[in-house]
Amino acid sequence: MKLRNLITVLLLFGLLLTACGGTGSQVTPTLPETSPEPTQSQPTTPPETTSPTDSGEGSPSAVQLSVMTHDSFLASEQVIAEFERQNNARVTIVPAGDTGAALNQAILSKNSPRADVFYGVDNTFLSRALEADIFDAYASPMVDQIPEEFKLDPQNRAIPVDYGDVCINYDRAYFTENSLAVPQSLEDLVKPEYKNLLVVENPATSSPGLAFLLATIVHFGPDGYLDYWQQLTENGVVAAADWETAYYTNFSASSGRGPQPMVVSYGSSPAAEVYFATQPPEQAPTASIIGKDTCFRQVEFVGILKGTQERALAEKFVDFMLSVPFQEDMPLQMFVFPVNPQAKLPDVFLENVQIPPEPARMPADEIAKNREAWIQAWTETVLR
Amino acid sequence: MRLARGLRAWSVERQALLLWAAPLFFLLIFFFWPLGAIFRVGLVEGASQLGLEQVARVWRPFAFTLYQAFLSTLLTLLVGLPAAYLFARYEFPGKRVLRVLTSIPFILPTVVVAASFNALLGPRGLLNVGLMELLGLGEPPIRLLNSLGAILLAHVFYNTTIVIRMVGGAWSGLDPRLVQAAQVLGASRWRAFREVTLPLLLPSILASALLVFLFDFTSFGVVLLLGGPRYATLEVEIYIQALHMLNLPMAGLLSLVQLLCTLVLTVVYSRASGGIVVPVAPRGEAANTRRPTGRVERLITWILVLGLLLLLVSPLAALALRSVTRLDAARGERGEVQYGLTTQYYQELFINRRQSLFYVPPIEAARNSLVYAGVTLAISLSLGFLAAYALLRPARINRWLDPLFMLPLGTSAVTLGLGFILVFNRPPLDVRSFPLLIPIAHSLVALPFVVRSLQPALGSIPNQLRQAAAVLGASPLRVWREIDLPIIARAALGSAIFAFTISLGEFGATTFLARPEYPTLPVAIFRFLSQPGALNYGQALAMATILMLVTSAGILLIERLELPGGSL
Repeated sequence: MKLRNLITVLLLFGLLLTACGGTGSQVTPTLPETSPEPTQSQPTTPPETTSPTDSGEGSPSAVQLSVMTHDSFLASEQVIAEFERQNNARVTIVPAGDTGAALNQAILSKNSPRADVFYGVDNTFLSRALEADIFDAYASPMVDQIPEEFKLDPQNRAIPVDYGDVCINYDRAYFTENSLAVPQSLEDLVKPEYKNLLVVENPATSSPGLAFLLATIVHFGPDGYLDYWQQLTENGVVAAADWETAYYTNFSASSGRGPQPMVVSYGSSPAAEVYFATQPPEQAPTASIIGKDTCFRQVEFVGILKGTQERALAEKFVDFMLSVPFQEDMPLQMFVFPVNPQAKLPDVFLENVQIPPEPARMPADEIAKNREAWIQAWTETVLR
Repeated sequence: MRLARGLRAWSVERQALLLWAAPLFFLLIFFFWPLGAIFRVGLVEGASQLGLEQVARVWRPFAFTLYQAFLSTLLTLLVGLPAAYLFARYEFPGKRVLRVLTSIPFILPTVVVAASFNALLGPRGLLNVGLMELLGLGEPPIRLLNSLGAILLAHVFYNTTIVIRMVGGAWSGLDPRLVQAAQVLGASRWRAFREVTLPLLLPSILASALLVFLFDFTSFGVVLLLGGPRYATLEVEIYIQALHMLNLPMAGLLSLVQLLCTLVLTVVYSRASGGIVVPVAPRGEAANTRRPTGRVERLITWILVLGLLLLLVSPLAALALRSVTRLDAARGERGEVQYGLTTQYYQELFINRRQSLFYVPPIEAARNSLVYAGVTLAISLSLGFLAAYALLRPARINRWLDPLFMLPLGTSAVTLGLGFILVFNRPPLDVRSFPLLIPIAHSLVALPFVVRSLQPALGSIPNQLRQAAAVLGASPLRVWREIDLPIIARAALGSAIFAFTISLGEFGATTFLARPEYPTLPVAIFRFLSQPGALNYGQALAMATILMLVTSAGILLIERLELPGGSL
């Protein structure tokens, strides 16, 4: 039988299609033919000019460094290129899903690590990472500059890089138009005038959702938070599965024009709304509620993965992440705050972001210990 | 059997096994090995962490999963079968375009579908706003989002194309003279349908029902995003346990339940469908379709076309429309929302405004997506043909091997993804450096479609035809080319389109095996949606529109391929 012929025909068929596919992509209507000039100036014009890619790539002896991280990781090309140039290195970023997915992969592959450095474990997952023992300790000289409040691992296996607050954002226009006072505390949210106005994320499937749940636990205590959620539920709180749905489908001030004027999002979201507006607004369309414990502080960490062959370069990269150039790059890339106090914030942050004076915090091991039980109890109270 | 003339001495079993060899090897390496590894870590090493209380928690998602999958499949068949009839029997203007459009939902990321459903049916969607104005209501009358209804509707939206392609393909090859003969012999229309058409279509109906059921059974995004947090399928629970609780033992247990369920289903299906394939020489489609005549036929055609447009095409149109609509409220004075057309979102796609490391030029994302889809198509079609031929043999091992190939469809993407990470960690099979792993993962999902589309078509070829050709002196290859290929061309094209679209829309495996240097269109869409801001939202929808256009172009291209057996 001419099975081989059959296979050959099929393979040719496949190749043909691949080739056709290739041309197909050029047929794709891609609207602007002209080199697109920015149609209007952004309120904050991002970095000056790019240095063309003269990174460590070209040099043959460049040392490879892999950095595993979550999908939200972003950085400027030239900042990373500068590190590559100075250290004759080639940095590969390995995004590995959301925070949980990425950490899981780091833990599962710890016997033959997929990367040299892992960035992006936050304080809600920190204990799991430390228990799984995936990091080597590194006392970076930069650590001394970082305020004590962020250093959650005294052994320096996980080193803080950035922080951000999960806060309730509100639609300014809605509250002005309806002459409604903006709620100032968690207690306010259960008042009848705010019925049906808040959307939160399910803590089982969303990291800001979990952060907000933790804020309520900090505020009302492990014995009182369920009563609070019971009241919130009676007051028509809406739960969405993830941040994308809550923000873009449910929230009224986003492009989705949903029904709820309050959403659990990030303290930096108002700055992003200005930065990514189609027309520069005079004022951010949203703002954060920054009462006592209405925000929960998340800190993200970097660590050197056990088993790396490039320990020296990995150390350099950790130092680099804590240095001013990278720290100043983060706000407009990932919309997080630098932990290095010497890093300056961009104007769009200074003008549009309120930093809560008293964000809720909780020890990492307490979160790890109770996470599942708290989420389970929340599910029973709010969803069932 | 003529195909295997050179192997005549071999027993049927060995022939079948030989045909199975490559597909089986593929399945062992890329499915059973990673799955086994993750089960070992989760269930064997972590079994002690599983309490009775946790085991009891499997029940609720399990029951809901079966319940919603059953309802969804039923509804999908209710919509899909008349639509299949429409495409198989009638000519009408715009038929080709409509058929392509009905395939598009299949590839859309759930986040995007959620957005477009919201734009249409949400509390401030077009429909609700329109009805409120029209009827003077104070509250939106349609409250569909975050309900079982939304889940069912979305499943119908996604999977109707499976029924249209599989059953429609078989139906259009069915010789209408059989029905005419029955009617001449005095059978009523209904009786002719029940006793002639239905039995002949049953294999494809069962096969498409099984595939739709498995898709609904492992549904993740739809349930999570459109059903809201109140509903959880096994797959959603697995995702929560594996990636948010980092509880691998529980995730393993849930995956095992899911897997066993799939196995039982496919075995039942194999038994039920065994021996119901009736060989009848099919005819070219051109001979079977005609313009609707008479008032009743025309009315039915119009109702069906309109229904499909409303159900499957209007959300797509809403999406495309939204990607060129500016929606800036004059801040502070709501109500003065400035609507206007804009190409700004598309223009922005081409600018790396933040000099970002992960900027994805749309052309590049489209090219990556198409290359993955092309490779998926090649892998799944070559392996699928072998498996489908093996299934033709009356061999006993088929009873065991056939259901195995359905398993990947009913397997949790999260679990399998973690398994890949666990085992493919050194060269040459290394997640970091082996770029074929993504199309391979896509092929695992596409393979059942290919096999299920090809097998009924191959089974329908009367062996006398091949024997006659051979007696007349045709070589085995010529027999294949001139008898088999023309008859199965339609099924082959149908399965090629499935493989192509599965790969274009797949996102789950891609997140685990992500290769940052080759981002796909869905990856780019998610990147935009992960940050706030009107530009991000607009660009995500623009990217989604590009994904729809690329897919349509691809499907049209595949459909236009000149294959023996005539045009489709």
